[in-house]
Amino acid sequence: MEKVQILVLCNNAEILPIVMRLIDTNPDWQATGAADEEQGLSLFNQRPFDLVLLGSGMDQATEHRLTPVCIAINPEVKFVQHYGGGSGLLKAEILGALG
Amino acid sequence: MANTVLHKADTRGFADHGWLKSYHTFSFAGYYEPSRIHFGALRVLNDDSVAGGGGFGKHPHDNMEIISIPLEGALEHQDSMSNVATIKNGDIQVMSAGTGVQHSEYNKNTDEHVKFLQIWVFPNKRNVEPRYDQVTLNPADRHNQLQQVLSPNADDAGVWIHQNAWFHLADFDKSISTEYKIKGAGNGVYVFILKGDVKVNDQLLNTRDGYGIWDVDGFSITAESDAEFLLMEVPMEFKY
Repeated sequence: MEKVQILVLCNNAEILPIVMRLIDTNPDWQATGAADEEQGLSLFNQRPFDLVLLGSGMDQATEHRLTPVCIAINPEVKFVQHYGGGSGLLKAEILGALG
Repeated sequence: MANTVLHKADTRGFADHGWLKSYHTFSFAGYYEPSRIHFGALRVLNDDSVAGGGGFGKHPHDNMEIISIPLEGALEHQDSMSNVATIKNGDIQVMSAGTGVQHSEYNKNTDEHVKFLQIWVFPNKRNVEPRYDQVTLNPADRHNQLQQVLSPNADDAGVWIHQNAWFHLADFDKSISTEYKIKGAGNGVYVFILKGDVKVNDQLLNTRDGYGIWDVDGFSITAESDAEFLLMEVPMEFKY
């Protein structure tokens, strides 16, 4: 089974690697990090991620800009806002988004 | 018509990390129960016990209002905003994580557990400036009455957060009763029993039970024994 590909957008340099590390502890998930919207879009153009996790520093305007572009590439992509910056809510957020 | 949800104490998630034992009312970390993700803007209600000398090492948070209420013992707090403080039973601590904050919380005492409630509320706006505050409460002010310990207003009693939420603590003698009136339109209240037996309208609750009630203007609370409890009023629908 292919791993669920998760793009993590987060401009907090301390939180981004923690979230990626936590995602990668699940053998069925694989995280790729982007520190800003431009990098995120560039990565999405290279690979159609299954899920985009919007973390610290990503406001609603960013989400509104990204959503249609990503959906045009992968209509099945899910978006989820990550809260809390660590392990507490991550699993529920991802499982909830994947359905 | 009132909507309600009952979470009996023994249905909560549980995690034993050795130094930390935690009961989770809502899905948290390794505990995932799709029917128990949140109650409105209330996302986390963890009932934590930290062994002597143990604690949470330095770790980051963002975009969450984090409230701690010590029930026994004392926690030493340090954060990236240069705050160093101790919170103990009778205090309430709040941290708006906003754009990002790092903190640690350690049990100051090596020979006794610290027990505290860790509560996370979704903020009503993203990426606010991080802030920390703590307040020492007067326990006499909650004897047989509701003591406001949190609100959305900086100039009101207790601590404040970035959300249209109000928390009250109470320490009732048996048979004491009161009415709670909802403060914010569209809000609901999550009742958490710290100790004893309490009736919310006709619903009997026991120690560590949780009970959410919404789509009401208010409700009655009656102590069926000497009892301590926490009321958390939060928006049921929210965006930021």
